[in-house]
Amino acid sequence: MDVYFIVTQLISGFTMATLLFLVASGLTLIFGVGNIFNFAHGSFYMIGAYFGYQLVSVWKVNFWIALVAAGAGAGVVGMAAEYLFLRRIYGRAQEGGFQILLTYCLILIFDDLVKLVWGTEYKSISKPAGFEGALHWGEIAIPTYNFAIIFIGLVVVLAAWWILSRTRAGRIARASAVDREMLGSLGVNVPLTLTVVFGLATALGGMTGALAAPLRSVTPGAGIEVIIDSLIVVVLGGMGNFWGAWMGAMLLGEVNAFAVAFVPEWATLFSYLVMVVTLIFKPEGLFAPTRLRKA
Amino acid sequence: MFSSSKYKFGLLWSIGFVVFALVPVLMTSRYQMNLASHILIWGLFAVSFNMLWGVTGMLSFGQALYFGIGAYSIGLFVTHAGKGWYLAAIPIGLVVATGLSFLIGLLVIRVSGVYFTMLTLAFAQLAWQITFKWYNFTGGDDGIQGIIAPGILADKMVYYYVILVVVFLSVWFLKRLAYSPFGLILRCIQQNPNRVRFIGRSVKMNQLRIYVISSFFAALAGTLMAGVDNSIHTDMLYWTTSGEVILMSVLGGINQFFGPFIGAVILILLEDIIGAKTEYWPIFLGTIIMVFVIALPRGVVGELRHIKHRLKGTDEPGGRHETHAAA
Repeated sequence: MDVYFIVTQLISGFTMATLLFLVASGLTLIFGVGNIFNFAHGSFYMIGAYFGYQLVSVWKVNFWIALVAAGAGAGVVGMAAEYLFLRRIYGRAQEGGFQILLTYCLILIFDDLVKLVWGTEYKSISKPAGFEGALHWGEIAIPTYNFAIIFIGLVVVLAAWWILSRTRAGRIARASAVDREMLGSLGVNVPLTLTVVFGLATALGGMTGALAAPLRSVTPGAGIEVIIDSLIVVVLGGMGNFWGAWMGAMLLGEVNAFAVAFVPEWATLFSYLVMVVTLIFKPEGLFAPTRLRKA
Repeated sequence: MFSSSKYKFGLLWSIGFVVFALVPVLMTSRYQMNLASHILIWGLFAVSFNMLWGVTGMLSFGQALYFGIGAYSIGLFVTHAGKGWYLAAIPIGLVVATGLSFLIGLLVIRVSGVYFTMLTLAFAQLAWQITFKWYNFTGGDDGIQGIIAPGILADKMVYYYVILVVVFLSVWFLKRLAYSPFGLILRCIQQNPNRVRFIGRSVKMNQLRIYVISSFFAALAGTLMAGVDNSIHTDMLYWTTSGEVILMSVLGGINQFFGPFIGAVILILLEDIIGAKTEYWPIFLGTIIMVFVIALPRGVVGELRHIKHRLKGTDEPGGRHETHAAA
């Protein structure tokens, strides 16, 4: 086994990990701040991918503008979904179960809506201008688009860190994770905060969908594949833990990249194995700083 | 009061049995009997699932695992060992599913809430992935076709009555269980696990018990399913199958013992009616369930019972949980 092979796999794993992180970060953000378990997060990824397709391939919009617009579009759909549906079941007995169910319904509805609008065929987006080629280093060639993805991932990580830990908005978001009632009595509009956070999280998911579209094809079932992977990431990192999600995504991305290289047939098995082992031995997440689990 | 409701209950029970027993007599096509078989089997599956969620408060998203094991035990024995193994495969499948549910149960009861849901989902998806990829052994995406029950069971009419008897006996057993002292402990676990500990009962032990029992009946439903369509498919292990029984339970009402069964009846009939007219059945399903989750969380059975109590002017016996116990 030579060094080129390892580097290729590492970078390809890193690219996948970045995409995984971008989706999963939205999932973990909603769970951490709003204590909402959004099973339909993958569907917002899919919606973003279709918005991207519509803008780039049909309306010939510039790729980078389309990326932002697709994210914004998915965010608006997300805010509408939270405002119209999810908000109505907050605080109910067995809320967790009903959240899973309600968002499961959203998956069914969004999947079909997408089929109604765009049909069932595979759609594709071409890579943006200037990123079609590859960088060559010895025997290996790495597509420049992969570097763009990694770069965007890093920007989002840093921006999210800055917003969450250094701004007033981030402080409000973190406070609503701890004590909503107290936050409300301090004069903060808590329901609005939750709607906005939900919108931001789904916008992240939607943008990732458009970002990943040139690498994967856009299909109606894309949401379901994505949600399972993001769940694994979120579980690895600890539910609601932003940094944990990043580490979890890196771990899963690399495990997948090397599993695909050595045992391609059984590669997907490893994701589930990692998740099962984590949940059994450290359900609060591999990278969780404190023990959150209650006996 | 108590005994009269008991009689009423026996009456409803008999009506249900007679209606299902008359299906083969009154049917106009074989398809209707097939539909009734599906309803019975899914009804059992949903009721067994609801012992976990509605009664004990453990939302498993992985009961498809045991449903699939039940079906695949028959499919695999018939293809690899010969047709003579059909009947022997049923107890073997049930033992395998029960043993596996005990081992997995030991692991999943360590966590609760969303983590429990995710871990059960992960185990089921693991099994689905193996079944899907292990083409030489399981037939992969093709599934297994041509599973014919031996002897007199090959007759669809006979097989239907076997399903009917097995399902009614199982549901009767589960109902006895739900209103036994054990069932009471299970409801306590949902409402206040600490008090269960105070009275000297083990939360984990009882959770494990109901997990194994529920999984056994899911597997039983799976073994029955193998003979209905004469074929099985990896979708039986997929997470949408686990999702389906959850939807049935909510539709019927998770705090009512018969809620999930009624939910299965409604869902399968609706799917048959709407699904025949449009390929966009999921969007109807999603919308219907969403209405129930938001506006009618008691489910069909629960809302009807609620309306009845309102009309009579009597208070519903206690809160939402007691309505279950009073059925």
